[in-house]
Amino acid sequence: MDFELMFTSFPKLLGATIVTLKLLSVSLFFGLFIGLLFAILRLNKNIFINQFAYGYSYLFRGTPLLVQIFIIYFGLGQIEYLRSTFLWVILKEPYWCAIIAFTLNTGAYTSEILRSAFQTIKPGIIEAGKSLGISSKIIFYKIQIPIAIRQSLPAYGNEIILMMKGTSLASTVTLMDLTGVAKYIISTTFKPIEVFIVAGGIYLFMTFIIHNVIKYLEKKYSF
Amino acid sequence: MELLAFGKTGWGDELFYATLMTIAVSVTAMFIGFFFALIFTPLKLSKYKSLNLIGNFYTTVIRGVPELLVIYLFFFGGSGAIMYVASIFGYFEYIEINAFITGSMAIGIISGAYSTEVFRGAIQSIDKGQFEAAKVLGVSKFVQFYKIILPQMLRLAIPNLSNVWQITLKDTSLISVTGLVEIMRQSYIAAGSTRDPLFFYSFAAVLYLLLTYLSMKLINRLEARYSRGY
Amino acid sequence: MNIFKKTILTVLASLLVIGNVYADTIKIGTEGAYPPWNSKDASGNLIGFEVELAQELCAIMKAECTIVEQDWDGMIPALLMRKFDAIMAGMSITAERQKTITFSQGYADEVASLAVMKGSSLEGMDTPEGVNLTLGGSSVKKALKTITGALAGKTVCTQTGTIHQNFLESGDVGSVNVRTYKTQDEVNLDLTSGRCDVALAAAVAFTDYADKSGKPVVLVGPTFSGGAFGNGVGVGIRQGGDDAIGKRDAKLLKDFNKAIDKARKQGIISKLAIKHFGFDASM
Repeated sequence: MDFELMFTSFPKLLGATIVTLKLLSVSLFFGLFIGLLFAILRLNKNIFINQFAYGYSYLFRGTPLLVQIFIIYFGLGQIEYLRSTFLWVILKEPYWCAIIAFTLNTGAYTSEILRSAFQTIKPGIIEAGKSLGISSKIIFYKIQIPIAIRQSLPAYGNEIILMMKGTSLASTVTLMDLTGVAKYIISTTFKPIEVFIVAGGIYLFMTFIIHNVIKYLEKKYSF
Repeated sequence: MELLAFGKTGWGDELFYATLMTIAVSVTAMFIGFFFALIFTPLKLSKYKSLNLIGNFYTTVIRGVPELLVIYLFFFGGSGAIMYVASIFGYFEYIEINAFITGSMAIGIISGAYSTEVFRGAIQSIDKGQFEAAKVLGVSKFVQFYKIILPQMLRLAIPNLSNVWQITLKDTSLISVTGLVEIMRQSYIAAGSTRDPLFFYSFAAVLYLLLTYLSMKLINRLEARYSRGY
Repeated sequence: MNIFKKTILTVLASLLVIGNVYADTIKIGTEGAYPPWNSKDASGNLIGFEVELAQELCAIMKAECTIVEQDWDGMIPALLMRKFDAIMAGMSITAERQKTITFSQGYADEVASLAVMKGSSLEGMDTPEGVNLTLGGSSVKKALKTITGALAGKTVCTQTGTIHQNFLESGDVGSVNVRTYKTQDEVNLDLTSGRCDVALAAAVAFTDYADKSGKPVVLVGPTFSGGAFGNGVGVGIRQGGDDAIGKRDAKLLKDFNKAIDKARKQGIISKLAIKHFGFDASM
């Protein structure tokens, strides 16, 4: 067991963790809004709207994240027309391509989580609100959303962890995140086990933190 | 469209075989996962703290570390580890584990961690009364488990196992790094050769959607069959 | 339990496919994705300068050879794991690599060059035609300064784990925004799509790509050799040792060196080089 290697690679891996965290937080931030939007669209009575939302979620949950990243990075990069528009400034950068892919992906899963949370709110609560004369809009914002958020915490916590693992795919499009740097070190030192322990350890630590934060939030907002 | 033709000029036949390979790896990995789950679920449910630790270690590590990293570990370290074990027995020649086994094992270990959680949850939600009734019947522990508890566990587990199947199916796209020619790898080769990544990766997405759709249909049938009588 | 044990043992046994019957068969690993050194034809067969050279060398050594495909980033690990016995994949002889494996004498020179798309601001860089980093000198220093200025703030792309990547990260051209890719093909793709301002690889790799794809890729700056770029391309072989395998590897090294000498004398290497590179790149 090459402890020296583990020691020297730790700071490099820690630096790369910043990239991972950046990718994770930006994707989750935008993904949450998209997820909320599509959850609402899914519950809409209009069949075209809710089928469209269903299609989006089916597409992004039914295909591997790797395929999604490759289509956005390599596929869109191939289209000559796109290269001449202002969009190219964004799509040129692998960082933004990855963010777009991750955001759309987490948006789909989040929309499912929120949708099922909305659907399990006891109708009695909404009726109670209506009987008090509160408008539908306020019921939605002040009653349904908070309850849905509380209901989805466990599942969303899972989603955060899944997304954190998903960011490792950024390494397939030249981004040097934690997994990218780990792979580089493995391929130059030929010591996969040592590097895996350190890099894996960092991921596990992040998982541990996320898990406990969610548990804390669950306790704090329980009723 | 001619790009998809079967035969020498088109990629249709290569992609078809790649799809079969994806299915083969997913199924193999799923079963390897069950094998691991059958070992680690009892460990997690055991009354001995040390066994619990081993079980929890497995599920926590595998579910908390990115699949890509696990696959790299397997790919770069797997052969070496097996050869190390073999050298203890005095065998020094090169041992080649073919890519299919390596890939299936890597995904299988990952799939197993999720399956373990599913089985554990399923067993824990079976009414305690069933366990007691089974004991009272006076049959051997073996029969108790296989004929009474297991069927109930499977019924409860099937919805969640279908999730594990979806995850396993999509994770196979990651073993393109081992050189195994499944859907992702074949699309990569075709895209490189024809310089048309958009077409081939989009088609790969279509193939995965097709597999997902067919899986759903099959699993719904399975669910219906196992829920007979409830 | 008995049936159980038997099934486990049978499963384990069937997992092991024992390959590499050493004897007179030499397995040679190549990438198959670095034209014109090595690549694949439409049917997937390995072709290229090194594939043909390998066949010639094996004929001289009177040994049977099989050529195996291997992804670049797993090339040295695969050699160490004895997936094959020799590497002929456009791999340059560098001090870094010699820490883990040994090389035969060089059989061809691989000069590197920067490349851009036609019309780039880097065209017409004022540098000497060739720069040898081992020889050094004031003209080399001046050239490196010009290049540092030209590359500042630009995105430079190259293949992972190559001498080209080492050079870019060595600091000889200041701090550059380096992007690394799994294959040369991906480098070419991102260069043509504009994601990369400039790329670094073997000069012939770019000219080959420009020819085959018709895209306006042009070489800029000097051709690089020496220093981080190593001393030519050689056959990578495991380092010898005292055990049975170590002795076989040491013998293999000797045989390859003798074969390369003969091939050079007979003009075989020059002939193949001209055929694939358009000029005599032999050493």
